[in-house]
Amino acid sequence: MSDSDLIVLRNVAKAYRRGEETISIFADLNLTIPSGDFVAMMGPSGSGKTTLLNLLGGLDRPTSGTILFDGAPIEKLSENKLSAWRAANIGFIFQFYNLMPTMSAARNVELPLLLTPLSTADRKRRVKTALEIVGLENRAGHKPKELSGGQQQRVAIARAIVSDPKLILADEPTGDLDRTTAVEILEMLQLLNRELGKTIVMVTHDPAAAKYARRELHLDKGTFEERHT
Amino acid sequence: MSDFRLILAGLGRKPLRTSLLIFAVFIAFLIYGVLAAFQSSLENAAGPSSSNRLVVANRINFTQPLPFAYVSRIQNVEGVTDVSYSNWFGGYYQEPRNFLLTFAIDPESYTRIYSEYVMPDDQRQAFIANRDSIMVGRSVAEQYGWQVGQQIPLSSNVWRRRDGTSVWPVVIRAIYDGKDANTSTGSVFVHYEYLDEGRAFGNDTVGIIQIVTADAAQNDAVAARVDTQFANSRAETETLSEQAFNAAFIDQQGNIGLIILGVTGAAFVTILLIVGNAMAGAIRERTGEIAVMKTLGFTSGRIARIVVGETLLLSLFGGLLGLVLANLLTNTLSGIPALNQFFGAMRITPQIALSAVGFMAALGFITGAVPAFNAMRVNVITAFRRI
Repeated sequence: MSDSDLIVLRNVAKAYRRGEETISIFADLNLTIPSGDFVAMMGPSGSGKTTLLNLLGGLDRPTSGTILFDGAPIEKLSENKLSAWRAANIGFIFQFYNLMPTMSAARNVELPLLLTPLSTADRKRRVKTALEIVGLENRAGHKPKELSGGQQQRVAIARAIVSDPKLILADEPTGDLDRTTAVEILEMLQLLNRELGKTIVMVTHDPAAAKYARRELHLDKGTFEERHT
Repeated sequence: MSDFRLILAGLGRKPLRTSLLIFAVFIAFLIYGVLAAFQSSLENAAGPSSSNRLVVANRINFTQPLPFAYVSRIQNVEGVTDVSYSNWFGGYYQEPRNFLLTFAIDPESYTRIYSEYVMPDDQRQAFIANRDSIMVGRSVAEQYGWQVGQQIPLSSNVWRRRDGTSVWPVVIRAIYDGKDANTSTGSVFVHYEYLDEGRAFGNDTVGIIQIVTADAAQNDAVAARVDTQFANSRAETETLSEQAFNAAFIDQQGNIGLIILGVTGAAFVTILLIVGNAMAGAIRERTGEIAVMKTLGFTSGRIARIVVGETLLLSLFGGLLGLVLANLLTNTLSGIPALNQFFGAMRITPQIALSAVGFMAALGFITGAVPAFNAMRVNVITAFRRI
């Protein structure tokens, strides 16, 4: 493992129990994602892309193996420590945006900052910057239902970057958008990676979306096949 | 934005549902406030109470008389420092529907013992000095527009005079106020001697005898001595603390406390089920949002606190509104002299307000417990699969 590696998966296995039956999603998975990488994770349905994303985000634990983040294992952290770790290190972008419907765009973006010791003024400043980055500074007071799908996803991106996480995990971020809006979102992710140096792992079914990443990882039958874009 | 804003955002998700839940809690505490104030006023209306005052009544029932001679015998009982006595008069003004809560008393000792009744000293002296005097509570005086010096025909539905009439002419010599807002000013007092000398029957008997002890710690011993002294006599006694006697007096009307407990209990259980069920439903609807919050790094404990905060805020807001309206309502009712005379000053006392806030907090915690537990158990992965 080099100093520049942000994520290292060592012999990671994940299996679920369904009644008496044990279903293996993958076994002995090894992967290294350096800091500043932009990985598109592809594969057929049921190949374990989202499961892997959940493991990387500390939402799920491997059955065996180790996940190192910045050199430290995360799979043994307690629930509360894992929550704090997520708040400090991970930004999530979902397919269906998952914004709080009763809160304005600014309040939604501010949500992760409530888990930090930042003052109200600092939080406001950061929210303003995040909304400027995604080009929605003039929509700060709008509620999600007053925004288009693309705008809602941009708010979700602002929420993902507002706490300056080391890793952004995006699960089908363009799956619910039309082609033009999808391109806007993908270009924005590319910008975050190239200009701000954010490490991004994006799960997608869309080969066109995967082209925006630095490399593609195809997960199938528990193994990776790598392609550089 | 703090957790408080998140609580508000949660409640603001379905404004109509939140408003209806607040209304339900509001009604429950309106009922509680009014009934508790009513109970409190009834206790006050039964008469003031002091920790070192005892009441001696006939063991059969306090409506049965005691021989007047008992007064002087009780005076000599060890531990007794002062004694007074009174008799039910059953008074009314002009016609029976103008009922007056009237007692015939020994004016000197009674006004000495019951310092809760406050009046100018010259009025007290005038009341004591003239046997055709009447001492009237402020609320009664205001109800009938009576003034000191005014002569009124006081009738009794119990005591006939020797001349066969029931009218007892009296002169208002004192109008008393209560020492505090809890002291009812709905009673009227005449001289016992005036009654006893004029009545056609029941002479030389009293209704109850009031005792003052040196201190409350001696109450039990003094009560035992008094009751032992009159054991196996033609009028055995039962000596109770003034508080217990007043409670027994109120219980004549039925167990008011049990009625209030029943009504408010039913209201609270209903509200508990409504709010609890609605909040559990609200949390189920928000499973996705809770999953997102957990994904962002909110701990299960913090989410549970936010959920309980919602039910607490809902309960406190609705409850305080109910209590404020109950206060306005009881103040208005207390302003009606006819009601004030019988029920005393009906008002939300600090004790009632404090217990209501306690109930609000309990309601908030209980109704929030299950939804909070459900929110804590939300599994992020399962929740996202459902979205």
